Amino acid sequence: MSKPIVATTSLAGCFGCHMSVLDIDDRILELIELVEFNKSPIDDIKKFSKKCDIGLIEGGCCNSENIHVLKDFRENCRILVSVGECAIMGGLPAMRNGIAIQECLEEAYVNGPTVVSNEEVIFPNDPELPMLLDRVYPCHEIVKIDYFLPGCPPRADLIWEALVALVTGDEMKLPYEVVKFD
Amino acid sequence: MSQYVRFTVDGTECMGIRGQYLVDAARENGVYIPTLCNFPGVKPKGGCRICTVRVNGKLMTACTTPVAENMSVENEVKDINELRKSIIELLFIEGNHFCPACEKSGNCELQALAYRFRIMVPRFPYQFPVRKVDATHPRIIKEQNRCILCKRCIRAITDENGRSIFAYRRRSARVEVVVDPKLGKQLTEELAQKAMDVCPVGSIIVKEKGFQIPIGARKYDTMPIGSDIENMQVKKI
Repeated sequence: MSKPIVATTSLAGCFGCHMSVLDIDDRILELIELVEFNKSPIDDIKKFSKKCDIGLIEGGCCNSENIHVLKDFRENCRILVSVGECAIMGGLPAMRNGIAIQECLEEAYVNGPTVVSNEEVIFPNDPELPMLLDRVYPCHEIVKIDYFLPGCPPRADLIWEALVALVTGDEMKLPYEVVKFD
Repeated sequence: MSQYVRFTVDGTECMGIRGQYLVDAARENGVYIPTLCNFPGVKPKGGCRICTVRVNGKLMTACTTPVAENMSVENEVKDINELRKSIIELLFIEGNHFCPACEKSGNCELQALAYRFRIMVPRFPYQFPVRKVDATHPRIIKEQNRCILCKRCIRAITDENGRSIFAYRRRSARVEVVVDPKLGKQLTEELAQKAMDVCPVGSIIVKEKGFQIPIGARKYDTMPIGSDIENMQVKKI
């Protein structure tokens, strides 16, 4: 039987959740015995080359590219898992949700303390750049998400247990200490 | 008439003192009824409804219901726990609860209840309300994004004449808890710390110190809320 295929991505996240995947330490050797990786920053495969079984999503949706990638994942993955607070509720990027876009851009590119000079008041507007969304959206408000792993980042043990449970079909062990929102 | 009354919680025989609130009587018998707006030593409000139990077939708040002879109480049952879970989820979506950025994380009762009820994600859409952080008081920050309007601070923090230092402002959906502008000066360092400890979430934060307890040593890092009551040694009647 061929190994289950896993894909991962980081949308509006900080890559902390991917770091937490690496935090499973030597179990990573077991993991590569257990699964095959497809599109993921871990193996640097940029495009889906086949249908995947499990998609791990880090980060929420803050721009049009995030939406595009998330929909691509939904099409190509049998099971989608929201990994971490940002994917689940927008996380720290969602702190901008109560602030108007114009105000955010002005703070970043005109009025911010680290802006050296922008006298012509230029905002990045290259057509290649993805458009910012009106607010940051949790992933499950864009596509159907099957499972949620909270944490910032989710504890390595939680990610490991969830992956093993998904791959083997066994019931997941959920000790109290591993499910945390921070 | 005896001072003591006998009642049952989920079939377990318990004993309480007449007139005692159900949640307190249950606690003394090693039975945890989840609470949020209730705080020991503070007049109960029955506002959050997390402590809802079924008494002789009728739903009641355990924090405001005095215990009576032969009460039959249902506490840890599926439909009631489901109801409590919904309330917690609604509180999470109704405010802006960014746990990773909150100083109270790990010591927060709302979060601890979510852990206890194994909430992975609320079933309702996040509202992301626009609320302000009020840092005008010299001793505390009032973080309105996190306030759940439980009124604990209003009820517990008073000056020497018994006047509440915290107060409600506005009404209905716009209601918020603020420091009373006239009494704000009377919020001593000691009272400010008490206010922060009384707050079940991270809405009252004492200025100029923070994150003093490391991750792993915080109140709800290793033990679920209520487990201290459940693991208590109780003398059987």
